[in-house]
Amino acid sequence: MDRTPIFLGLETSCDDTAAAVVRAPAGDGAGPGEVMASVVLGQAELHAAFGGVVPEIAARAHAEKLDLAVEAALGRAGVGLRDLDGIAVTSGPGLIGGLLAGVMLARGLAAATGLPLVGVNHLAAHALTPRLTDGIAFPYLLLLVSGGHAQFLAVEGPGSFRRLGGTIDDAPGEAFDKVAKLLGLPQPGGPAVEACAAAGRAGRFALPRPLLDRPGCELSFSGLKTAVLRARDATVAAAGGLAAADVADLAAGFQAAVVEVLAEKTRRALALAPAPVLAVAGGVAANRAVRAALQAAATAAGARFVAPPPALCTDNGAIVAWAGIERWRAGLADPADLVARPRWPLDAGAPALVGGGRRGAKG
Amino acid sequence: MTAPPATPPAEPAEPAAGAVVLCLPDPAATDRLGAWLAARLGAGDVLLLDGPLGSGKTHLARALIGARRAAAGLPREDVPSPSFTLVQTYDDGAGGIWHADLYRLHGPPEVAELGLADAFGAALCLVEWPDRLGGLAPRDALRLRLAHLPPGAGEGRRAELAAPHPRHAPLLAALAAAAGAIAGS
Repeated sequence: MDRTPIFLGLETSCDDTAAAVVRAPAGDGAGPGEVMASVVLGQAELHAAFGGVVPEIAARAHAEKLDLAVEAALGRAGVGLRDLDGIAVTSGPGLIGGLLAGVMLARGLAAATGLPLVGVNHLAAHALTPRLTDGIAFPYLLLLVSGGHAQFLAVEGPGSFRRLGGTIDDAPGEAFDKVAKLLGLPQPGGPAVEACAAAGRAGRFALPRPLLDRPGCELSFSGLKTAVLRARDATVAAAGGLAAADVADLAAGFQAAVVEVLAEKTRRALALAPAPVLAVAGGVAANRAVRAALQAAATAAGARFVAPPPALCTDNGAIVAWAGIERWRAGLADPADLVARPRWPLDAGAPALVGGGRRGAKG
Repeated sequence: MTAPPATPPAEPAEPAAGAVVLCLPDPAATDRLGAWLAARLGAGDVLLLDGPLGSGKTHLARALIGARRAAAGLPREDVPSPSFTLVQTYDDGAGGIWHADLYRLHGPPEVAELGLADAFGAALCLVEWPDRLGGLAPRDALRLRLAHLPPGAGEGRRAELAAPHPRHAPLLAALAAAAGAIAGS
């Protein structure tokens, strides 16, 4: 082959409909790769209704948009289907309707072009992103923190992930959204709570640090959300209302608790699975306080800290294309009858988390 | 397309006629209620979980799913919040369990797209934020309302199970008899 391989990546596992074209690094090196084009549809509706994310639940909605996304991605990248070396698609985990839309289009494209087809685990795509952006080598420790996920992964190869711990109830992004709701702040909650917290005193309200007293890397955010609610109601009952300063103090206290828990659990994960690099992925990684605390935890452990740009931390097709390239190079392409897997734990061998969600804080 | 109502400090409403009211002083009591329901509900039953943010809806669903899987000899599995995924399904050795959170939806057409209406009558369905169901809520659905106690009254929860359909009358009677044991008193 006299040129580097190019993959199309499709992502429809949750809210967004996305397609991207990614060029692999020369040789069989780790990266970085080149994102030639990345199109994410669905963001325009993000400010409607519920105030945060409008779910694209319908397979039809994804299917209608996905053709357009693919066309736009190929156009912007300046390539045609004949220039591609493979088709990668998120085949799980996620909502079955969306997954089917992506998988069926990918199967059709692969059948029509004769290109290899690679089914990608959505979490694996996030986990491999630091190799796309920074070309880091295996192994490394990854903290994935988003609206739907929170887990520590030891990433040992393109298809080898060891889960060290994760949330036993809510994901941190969900906690940010719900706390924003409780405090009357706009959605999405992450940026709103962060901005509000800047003016607040984190120490005013005594909020819990869930699971900090237990060994290991498990996380819990549901009880923290409820504690914010309790503190809010107590303040309203005592003062007859909630002043702007109260909201800022509650936001600051909540964010400080999340930051402290994530930082301490990261220190424990680095001690459990020492790695030269700590990488972070997921939308919550865009929070500056979280980022700074993780950076400090990495530095203290002698590890380099890598945080991909926010556009590649949230859902997109580029990370799927990249994961497809990685799996394809490892000989892990899929048969033409690839199926969607709504439930697909990244580390299938791992037991359910200690507590299994049954001993967690209140939800 | 309206935003969900903000959650006011909980003020327990008047119980529905024939409803059973329970006191859940701590998370362990919520677990016991989940396990109690797990042993008595099955394929075709729909349990609507009402209550403001943080009132324990997901916690109860988690306990119920864990108890059903344990009773069927299935390994323990994580039960993540379905707020972002909208629906999580679980094997329970029978018709399966659908755990849905409709918080992010806007009404019945989206619920239909989700396939939830098809699951009613086939699986055991646990539905959070069921107000989004509109007319799609089955007439024989059970409705469990969870509420915080008023500020100053402690960390516990108040639970109220209503079942308008006569086929659930024995269940309500049994729950009334078990209320003390579930509360841990």
